[in-house]
Amino acid sequence: MSWESWIVSTLSRTLAYGTPLLLATLGEIYAERSGVLNLGVEGMMIVGALTGFAVTSGTGNPWLGILLAAAVAGAFSLVHAFASITLRANQVVSGLALTMLGLGLSGVVGRAYEGRPLLHALDEISIPWLEKIPVLGPGIFQDQSPLVYIAIALAVLLWVILFKTRIGISIRAVGEDPATADSMGINVARVRYLCVMVGGMLAGVAGAYLSVAYRPSWTDGMTAGMGWIVIALTIFAFWNPLLGLFGAYFFAALFHLSYRLQAWLPPELLKAMPYILAIVVLIVVSRGTLQKRMGAPSALTLPYTREEG
Amino acid sequence: MRFPSWLHVERRPAPPSWMVFAVSLGAIVFALIVAGLFFQAYGVSAFRAYGDILRGALGSQLGLTETVRRMIPLLLIGVGLTVAFRALFWNIGAEGQLLVGAVAGAGIALFSGLPDALLIPAMFLGGFCAGAAWGMVPAYLKAKLGINDVITTLMLNYVAIYIVEWLIHGPWKGPTMRGFAYTDRLPAAAILPAIAGTRIHWPTLAIGLAAAAILFFIVRRTRVGFEIRVVGENPDAARYSGISQVKITMLAMMISGGLAGIAGVGEVAGIHYMLLSPTHISFGYGYTAIIVAWLARRNPLAVILTSFFFGVLMRGGDVIKVSLGLPFQLVNVFNGLILFFLIGSEILIRYRIRIGTAKEAA
Amino acid sequence: MEDGRGMAERTSTPLAVELEGIVKRFPGVIANDGVNLAVGRGEIHCLLGENGAGKTTLMRILYGLYQPDEGRILLHGKPVHLNSPKTALAHRIGMVHQHFHLVPTLTVEENVILGLSEGTGPFLRWKRTRAKIARLADEYGLQVDPTAKVWQLSVGQQQRVEILKALYRDADILILDEPTSVLTPQEVTGLFRTLRTLVHDGLTVIFITHKLDEVMDVSHRVTVLRKGKAVATVDTGSTSKAELAKLMVGREVVFRVEKNEADIGDEILRVTDLEANNDRGLPALRGLSFGVRSGEILGVAGVSGNGQHELSEVLSGLRRATRGQAMFEAHNLTQSSARAIADLGVAHVPTERIRMGTVPSMTIRENLILKSYRSSAFCRWSILNEKATVENACRAMEEYTISAPSDRTAAKNLSGGNIQRLVLARELSGEPKLVIAAHPTYGLDVGATEQVREVLLAQRDRGAAILLISEDLDEIRQLSDRILVMYEGRSMGIVDAENADLQSLGLMMAGSHREVES
Repeated sequence: MSWESWIVSTLSRTLAYGTPLLLATLGEIYAERSGVLNLGVEGMMIVGALTGFAVTSGTGNPWLGILLAAAVAGAFSLVHAFASITLRANQVVSGLALTMLGLGLSGVVGRAYEGRPLLHALDEISIPWLEKIPVLGPGIFQDQSPLVYIAIALAVLLWVILFKTRIGISIRAVGEDPATADSMGINVARVRYLCVMVGGMLAGVAGAYLSVAYRPSWTDGMTAGMGWIVIALTIFAFWNPLLGLFGAYFFAALFHLSYRLQAWLPPELLKAMPYILAIVVLIVVSRGTLQKRMGAPSALTLPYTREEG
Repeated sequence: MRFPSWLHVERRPAPPSWMVFAVSLGAIVFALIVAGLFFQAYGVSAFRAYGDILRGALGSQLGLTETVRRMIPLLLIGVGLTVAFRALFWNIGAEGQLLVGAVAGAGIALFSGLPDALLIPAMFLGGFCAGAAWGMVPAYLKAKLGINDVITTLMLNYVAIYIVEWLIHGPWKGPTMRGFAYTDRLPAAAILPAIAGTRIHWPTLAIGLAAAAILFFIVRRTRVGFEIRVVGENPDAARYSGISQVKITMLAMMISGGLAGIAGVGEVAGIHYMLLSPTHISFGYGYTAIIVAWLARRNPLAVILTSFFFGVLMRGGDVIKVSLGLPFQLVNVFNGLILFFLIGSEILIRYRIRIGTAKEAA
Repeated sequence: MEDGRGMAERTSTPLAVELEGIVKRFPGVIANDGVNLAVGRGEIHCLLGENGAGKTTLMRILYGLYQPDEGRILLHGKPVHLNSPKTALAHRIGMVHQHFHLVPTLTVEENVILGLSEGTGPFLRWKRTRAKIARLADEYGLQVDPTAKVWQLSVGQQQRVEILKALYRDADILILDEPTSVLTPQEVTGLFRTLRTLVHDGLTVIFITHKLDEVMDVSHRVTVLRKGKAVATVDTGSTSKAELAKLMVGREVVFRVEKNEADIGDEILRVTDLEANNDRGLPALRGLSFGVRSGEILGVAGVSGNGQHELSEVLSGLRRATRGQAMFEAHNLTQSSARAIADLGVAHVPTERIRMGTVPSMTIRENLILKSYRSSAFCRWSILNEKATVENACRAMEEYTISAPSDRTAAKNLSGGNIQRLVLARELSGEPKLVIAAHPTYGLDVGATEQVREVLLAQRDRGAAILLISEDLDEIRQLSDRILVMYEGRSMGIVDAENADLQSLGLMMAGSHREVES
């Protein structure tokens, strides 16, 4: 295989595989920035995948499938939000329960759809003009799902919102110091609910992408642990949407290369890298100032109650 | 949440144990009812489904022994988790600890060249050490550097999965059949004895039951157990009485990881007789055991009961896969619902409602 | 700026703030007992008093954090109902708390506009915001880099951000709670300059403090609170530090407690040039030296926050000293671990008795052996001796009259008094040679308080050396043989309790007056 076609196919596959990672990570970044750890990502992704597939099969409209996948997964995540924020239950356990429930429900309900081909998958597009750029053109702008570009746009948009708008400031304040945010009149619970729901919706879209665009089909457990990579990615991205963009493609590239380089390196090593890197990041960030600069939101996993006078 | 002034929600000071028990039981019943509704919506009679489950799990010798077989790893891991949870360490990594234990066990069985008589004890020991090491790394990171235990244990799960995948596809690859990879079959001396006619590998079961009793005693009545409880319930007070948080956390995780490792040895040497794909070694035992330990309210003896209960559910999943054509994933529906109702019911235990005029508490 | 001091202009303009008959009760204590406060516009008004006098509570009522049980508030002559900080802010009241309400990872400007819904749509008018912040900063001497992250700023700069926050919201009444406790002398000067400029522009400033020098330096009028009551309101110009000190600490006559003749032995603890930092990394102990002898009670007087907390932690091994030594019978406590110190015979009755002193979910039985569980009396071959634990519990419960349904009751279900009895029982059962008692009667009812004091005196008679840290000056005077006054991490002097003159003590506690060690 020539150098060029190697690069093209790597770029192309990386973008394709990185997109669901990116979408779900953007959502989890928002949830964690507001202080809520959501381990239910895997469950919401797979629920989104099933919903996307089912609705698209039924209506013939893949966009409708994606939309409803977002809605269903978002609704799902509200259960976790209710448990963690209002009931102040343990967020770890609640998130795990959500994943189990999601996997279970989708596995059972999805039985009927297994093995069925999807007739109206999301068509790929190519961006005219840009696809003519040598090497990069075919790699990035040709024959990709529109969701790839939507995801990139979302990453930029969500970054802007988080760091440049008033609501982004409120979100970050709620995740760092909910007591201060509360004393400045911000409704902590409302902000958290919103962020968890956004997280759920994006995870749903990510899942739908898998079943409607990436590999139009449905199989039980088709997310194959991607939700857990998202948890790792969120850390690796230092809770920053733009770094999440870079990180998602980086992890996707590792995954793709693990197959390509099979002859030289055991594929499992590269596949394990995201998880190892996340731990390394946490260790590096645990020192003093780095913690403040780039560390986890301080109130992550801590339920908030106002101290009454 | 805003309440009208005559309605007070206050912390319940000391929930009596009967209340805790009743509420937990209620949570399970509610979860099963909701699952039953789910069956109905699916066109399957809930009564038939639960009937099949009960009969399949408890109604025959085969069923009962299969239930116990499922119970064994849940028991071991569950007991270990009660110790970890007592030290307030969120060990989500039992799955990975089980797998590295399996690796150690298989490795010793296949390649150590030890005399036959020593093989099984060595495997258990190796499995314990591997699982313990896998658990102590996150413990160290938390105690020394304050790194979140949930994330580190979770990440290590996947590293463990890939280690197994690498071994069975690579250095330890045995004969391959229809695309599934696995190692050679373990030598006969490495295979755990089972109760006649069943798949109950009793040495592992015995270790589990013994662990439950011993750890119950240790936590309640020994110095170490005391220190673990102090560290878990009030780290400030632990510092104040000169207890080393680092040492205690690592000790708790050594026990928890080690027991999970033994469960791993049990699965490869007692059920499968080889090291194979991670999803076939463990059906999410590490995660289900969290519910087992949670339900047992961190009491190692109670884990015997709760692990049996979840064993029933898992066996039930096997049964209705055949009788009703529902996929095994159904078990996850049970798990998820039970867990949700359990944590939802916590609020009933922790708080109570009082109706009356606002008055300053004396 | 020396003009502007003296009486606030009494014209027909209504007073900026009037608090009438404010009563606020908390369980077991009346924090504000019919307090009246009148502050004129353009005035810097100080609230002076010791801890527990009710100053912070009063201001929290003004800021809407607490609701008064009785009384009313008038702003500019109109009665108002301040039921939340948001309402207070709407009425243009701003407060700078002792512990800042700032989000460390956000920038200065982000913190200033936090929670404000201004500007159109989600995007912020940064230019306008920055201009306004810059204008306020220049006008009032509150310069700070608006794009810096708050955690990068010094404490003094962070305080400026807090003030800017209030000013940005058009506050015209500014409350500051002990603002100088975290500032360097230069920063204090800067702050006062800012305050004078603010009132020159017509703002009203209310300033909580316990430092007499500051009161004399910057205020127009001062109200002295003591034990929940407003004792006096005076013009700063026509009073003196001595007079204020006297008002602050109370009457000369005080109930004497039955105390035996002191049987004082050798010096058992000698602290030399002790230095340590507090949790924020700022110096809390700045070269403290003193000695304690067996059979005596050395009371440590002083307003809370002058290093007493850190002192008790350093001596019991919970905090590292940065310099200096604490020699206890040939051992240097600053080099020893908490466990080693306990084994040496040093008992510690901590301030935060629940958080540090007990494991709330464990039983009385277990809490009693929290420090001694390793000894052979309770533990053999690593197994805890149940019988010995139970016997110990019975004995302790009887001796210290811990009242509870059984020794298996969880500590979190005990009342404050019983928890303290539990802590005492545990700490004092080993016949310690040195007892560090930090605020031992804080929050306890009369009966428990008396009991604790008796226990301490009994230990003293037994020959133990006792370091008694307390905010209650009466208690210190009653129980101590000698009194050490701490201010800003240093010793202001040690006096004999017998001869302790109230006024001198007050002056020392408020920072001015050094007594030669007796």
